[in-house]
Amino acid sequence: MIKGVGGWQGGDTANTVRRIGLGVVVHLLLLLLWYLAVELGEIPKFILPSPLDTVATLADAHYRWGYNSWVTIQEIFGGYFLAVGVGVLLALLFSWSKTIEAGVMPLLLSFNMIPKVALGPLIIVWFSYGVMPNIIIAFSIAFFPIVLTTARGLREVDPDLLDLVRSVRGSKWQTFTKIQLPGALPYIFSGMKVAAVLAVAGAIVGEFLGSDSGLGYVMLQVQVTLDTAAMFMAVLLISLIGVALYALVLLLEHWLVVRDARVQ
Amino acid sequence: MVDKTADPFIRLENVRKVYRTRQEEFVAVGDVSFDVAEGELVALVGPSGCGKTTLLKILAGLHPHDSGTVSIGNQSTAFDPAQDIGMVFQQPLLLKWRTILNNVLLIAEILGQPLGPARDRARDLLDLVGLGDAHDKYPYELSGGMQQRAAIVRALVPDPKLILMDEPFGALDALTRERMNLELLRIWAESQKTIIFVTHGIQEAVFLGTQVVVLSAGPARMADHFSVELPHPRTLDIKTHEHFGDYTRRVYKQLGME
Repeated sequence: MIKGVGGWQGGDTANTVRRIGLGVVVHLLLLLLWYLAVELGEIPKFILPSPLDTVATLADAHYRWGYNSWVTIQEIFGGYFLAVGVGVLLALLFSWSKTIEAGVMPLLLSFNMIPKVALGPLIIVWFSYGVMPNIIIAFSIAFFPIVLTTARGLREVDPDLLDLVRSVRGSKWQTFTKIQLPGALPYIFSGMKVAAVLAVAGAIVGEFLGSDSGLGYVMLQVQVTLDTAAMFMAVLLISLIGVALYALVLLLEHWLVVRDARVQ
Repeated sequence: MVDKTADPFIRLENVRKVYRTRQEEFVAVGDVSFDVAEGELVALVGPSGCGKTTLLKILAGLHPHDSGTVSIGNQSTAFDPAQDIGMVFQQPLLLKWRTILNNVLLIAEILGQPLGPARDRARDLLDLVGLGDAHDKYPYELSGGMQQRAAIVRALVPDPKLILMDEPFGALDALTRERMNLELLRIWAESQKTIIFVTHGIQEAVFLGTQVVVLSAGPARMADHFSVELPHPRTLDIKTHEHFGDYTRRVYKQLGME
């Protein structure tokens, strides 16, 4: 796979800078609005703390932001990349054997219908508290869209292209490595983007259900004391982790997929 | 009609292909017979449903046929069905993630040909068809006509003996199509390949072909077959030649369009 020629070149550069700039400005405007609303609207702190109060919680050591963020990062990234690996492998298996697909796909569909939140207590019984059960919950929510989009991408090959390869007696393996897999890459990435959002939700749900650390755990702890500023901070950190994961996926896509081939 | 030589490069005799559903039989290719000498450009022309694409796939070894014989290769020229067939389709089918140079190397790669010489050939051929500046571009940066030129080069790079083209210019606009016809004649003259060219364009068939095979539909059968005795190399002036009109009228008549 080769890097695209387009993207950040030539006339695009100014456009890209403007687009990113606009996005940043809107974020900052919301922050200002939030600040003004709290200052002028005299909203009680436990309903809506100001941005300054929220950031101030970072200085308080007893929240252990660093440690708890690290736990959540492991859960999100661990569950996510496990989902990408297992999801892509499973889709490959489906594209190699119609029998396996016909047998296993309905089972996966049934499994996917189980609300993962309902599995939470069971997973905790099996794996106890800690990082591992939350990785499993994040994985179980994130992996299904990856299987679906990858399987679809591997299927979407022009029949004439297959004839072209068959006319020179190309092997199944050559069809797979030269045509199917690179052709499926844009689909894999579109599944990975959906899954990134789901993995974040999965990890936090896992922490709500039962855990002794992590940003979701912090939120539950401070809820009792109506420490809304700390809750805001936790949500902010969770979102930042999610944004970092999403940005990583976009960066990988930019490197690996030619612009024209990307699924918008 | 066409004289039979003793040892043609391609010989089809009463080739027939039938698709069967539970209720009925559908004749896809009906008793087609013709010979092709090495270096000819034979145009197969007819409406949709006449079996021209199916016939091409039988020649490519992609479909079996039910009866009749298909033989390719002769005493003077051996033929290996894996190595010696190049195909061009209506769509260019270029891989979006490969540069044009890497795209036209695809078949050579699959055949396991040494890539050094193949790359040199690919460069020369791209230059020949006017894609000299496009080696490192991606397909989306090229027009439809340029993409189709690349598809033709992809078929030529492994140096096959037979090129099968299935309405290769069918998706192009009329002007580009005319230009591509001239381009094809030039490539054909330079490469000396045997080409079987499927089209539904009657003028295109007569303009390009050394022979024209007319196939009609409902039921599929071979309606006519003749040599085109127009001078080579052909230019657009040929289209005003009185015999050009005779040939095209003959095809129209055979297809019941008088």
